[in-house]
Amino acid sequence: MQNQEQINQLKNTVQDLLDEAKKQGATAAEAGLSQDNGLSVSVRLGEVETLEYHCDQGLGVTVYFGQRKGSASTTDLSPASIKETVSAACSIARFTSEDSFSGLPEQQLLATEFHDLELYHPWDVNADKAISLATECEDAARSFHPEISNSEGASVNSHQGIRVMGNSLGFLQGYAATRHSLSCSVLAQRGDSMQRDYWYSVARNALHLESAVSIGNKAAERTLRRLEGRSLSTRQCPVLYCAETASGLLGSFIGAISGGNLYRKSSFLLDALGSQVFPEFVRIHEQPHLKAALGSAAYDGEGVATKPRDIITGGILQGYVLGTYSARKLGMQSTGNAGGVHNLTIDPGTLDFDGMLKALNTGLLVTELMGQGVNMVNGDYSRGAAGFWVENGQIQYPVEEITIAGNLKDMLKNIVAVGNDVDYRGNIRTGSILVEQLSIAGE
Amino acid sequence: MTDLLNLVRQAVLTPSGLQDGDIEKIMNCLLSASVDDADIYFQSSHSESWVMEGGIIKEGSHSIEQGAGVRAVSGEKTGFAYSDRIELPVLLEAAGNVKAIVRHGQQAQMGIIKTAKWPRYYPIVNPLPSLATNQKIDLLKTVDSETRKLDPRIEEVIVSLSGTYENILVANQDGSLSADVRPLVRMNVSVIVEENGRREQGSMGGGGRSDYNYFIEQDRALNYGKEAVRQALVNLEAGEAPAGNMTVVLGPGWPGILLHEAIGHGLEGDFNRKGTSAFSGRVGERVASDLCTVVDDGTLPGRRGSLSIDDEGTPTEQTILIENGILKGYMQDKLNARLMGVKSTGNGRRESYAHLPMPRMTNTYMLPGQHDPQEIIKSVKKGLFAKNFAGGQVDITSGKFVFSASEAYLIEDGKITSPVKGATLIGNGPDVLTKVSMVGNDLQLDSGVGTCGKDGQSVPVGVGQPTLKIDGLTVGGTSV
Repeated sequence: MQNQEQINQLKNTVQDLLDEAKKQGATAAEAGLSQDNGLSVSVRLGEVETLEYHCDQGLGVTVYFGQRKGSASTTDLSPASIKETVSAACSIARFTSEDSFSGLPEQQLLATEFHDLELYHPWDVNADKAISLATECEDAARSFHPEISNSEGASVNSHQGIRVMGNSLGFLQGYAATRHSLSCSVLAQRGDSMQRDYWYSVARNALHLESAVSIGNKAAERTLRRLEGRSLSTRQCPVLYCAETASGLLGSFIGAISGGNLYRKSSFLLDALGSQVFPEFVRIHEQPHLKAALGSAAYDGEGVATKPRDIITGGILQGYVLGTYSARKLGMQSTGNAGGVHNLTIDPGTLDFDGMLKALNTGLLVTELMGQGVNMVNGDYSRGAAGFWVENGQIQYPVEEITIAGNLKDMLKNIVAVGNDVDYRGNIRTGSILVEQLSIAGE
Repeated sequence: MTDLLNLVRQAVLTPSGLQDGDIEKIMNCLLSASVDDADIYFQSSHSESWVMEGGIIKEGSHSIEQGAGVRAVSGEKTGFAYSDRIELPVLLEAAGNVKAIVRHGQQAQMGIIKTAKWPRYYPIVNPLPSLATNQKIDLLKTVDSETRKLDPRIEEVIVSLSGTYENILVANQDGSLSADVRPLVRMNVSVIVEENGRREQGSMGGGGRSDYNYFIEQDRALNYGKEAVRQALVNLEAGEAPAGNMTVVLGPGWPGILLHEAIGHGLEGDFNRKGTSAFSGRVGERVASDLCTVVDDGTLPGRRGSLSIDDEGTPTEQTILIENGILKGYMQDKLNARLMGVKSTGNGRRESYAHLPMPRMTNTYMLPGQHDPQEIIKSVKKGLFAKNFAGGQVDITSGKFVFSASEAYLIEDGKITSPVKGATLIGNGPDVLTKVSMVGNDLQLDSGVGTCGKDGQSVPVGVGQPTLKIDGLTVGGTSV
């Protein structure tokens, strides 16, 4: 297999890097290398707009001289550059401080089992095929309704790449992965009201992509329903986060239990281990070994084995999200999360989206959030929002130019229900989430 | 200027042995199709960063990024390929792929001609060796220890220092070669304070197109620490922020992020050529009160958002966006300027050789007005004074934008009273500036911290404004 050959070649380069580090006096080292290539095509108003060929590569190395550390990276993989990069990292390590928590992971935590996670599914899509697919998608959106007035286009992306990493404890692994996507964004106009929205599909395997027509139709539908949005008066009410926006809520939760924020004491969930963070019915877990999923990995960014595990059981926090350094700072063990979580999943409830609207009864459905507005240190939350006003479980009219605000600590505790309308397109898998009461500011 | 070109040639081309003749070969491959525009963009960028945390020099890193991007444009179509290998066969293959976007060929030839002269707005300097490594370490340590001394409630101090030395070379199909050397330095101090179990943060930084001595001059680095601590301590006292529509006074400087989000993005040429911006087709119309004149200006000496030439080789300028409330024009790159029948304003920017250029802001700010800032505060019976901000975002089609205050106070009976927690402010771009009823005489530019994201590409930018009074903006607090 051509891939295996390339992986072996890159493994040799990583081994060269590690050897060079040792030669230059490093007591330990870690190195990673990636090569990616891909094709992007966008079509706007029925004509090709851009055709892009991507080709990226890069390597990074971290060296340790005892407890001192230095890092360097480059896009040039030539032997001369490898030498220079290692020496740049080494010269930095002469100036950094002794840090008793720094160093490679514990040997016994490194991954030793490497099942095929089925992440590599090349797509034989060339420029012409991609153009016709994007055209089909945009056509579907543009012909959906006469009020669809303009387009930002449809695009097809196909990427494949290889990642190899190794360290001086003898870990040396690599894998190939693919990622393909199809997206569409259109505008609608009615009187003075102009709106834009989009829809997309992304998958490791192109066969799992939603059809071009369905993506186009959804993009158009989502744009049309926003027309003539209005603000709300300032009030308090329950808020239903649609699945796409709910993943942001869980993302903030993960941020708060991540090692870096914990040891810096910049989290609103300090010392929350073993305490009730969510209501009792909530279970949140990681599924790193799902076949062909977007967040799957056998090992984390440091080579530590990933494990399926519960983060929240019965609403209670079971564990943090840690890499080696932050784990040591906290007096704990790495959870295999250097680089983040893997297919974080909140167990879906029994209600579908319509059921969730009925559970909301009267309140705000949020379909878009704007701005950063999340303070990790104290949990204060204030973000721009758009969505729909709902009464008696029925969508009444689109809403825009409002903010929603509260405190994340309370918001997580006050989750009323999780829907089964799960969005599988990212690393966080959640259905819509209903939160009891938030402050809405508007006109 | 020839010296500059030679310097950049040496930095970018010499390591890979590429000659001017090779550039002509690649360009002629592109020009064998009928293109409106073609360019080859060479880039070599060296950067480093240092982080001090928990009282120790915790991290240091060095990185090298280099490569070339090849682009052909025909009508509204763009073909683009790039490689991190600056080698003739690789770039010829890229050119071959790229011109496939234009099906019907037509021969043309390009020969490199002399480069034009343009003014420079920052020194030709490599910031990385401007301080010896131990001097950089000493700077970090001094800032750390001096900041920690400021208040017993300080729990943690994080100081970071980074610098980039970038060389770019653009070859255009008209035979011109343009080069630029772009230094950029940045420093930041963030602190966590704790009192009675309540924790808050504060953060301040700055930088520009200069070398590391910038931070030593005028005690800038130490002042970042003081300012970060001051903000964090104010936040310890902050009560619930108000919710609802109210009069908002924005302080000078960084709050100019309002202009960047509310109108800046909406005035970028690509959105307006396509008719997707809330400002499309509105040149000549009133979009702000007559107190407002807003410009985008890449020519300010040494600023983070400044460029001598943009990434298409066009010299930057001061572009008037809004003059006395009337919309004057858009920010353009070559492609959108050509399609709209105007000239490029020198706003064609790209994150790197691996990204396509598009219209982007440089330094966007509002010119000063008549009012004393005190007078502006005095005129407000009840409202919010927002002094510092975190990021922002805009939906250019609906015009709705947000920006998040990180330091704010209530105004009661013409006086700034108690501090309130951070909150997001939301408004409508095309009419927010029509509600500007007072403009201060205290124009300030930000300290050099801005990074703007568009279509996944990040570029350094600047903003600025005098104190502004806006009669009605929605404040996203929790206190109803």
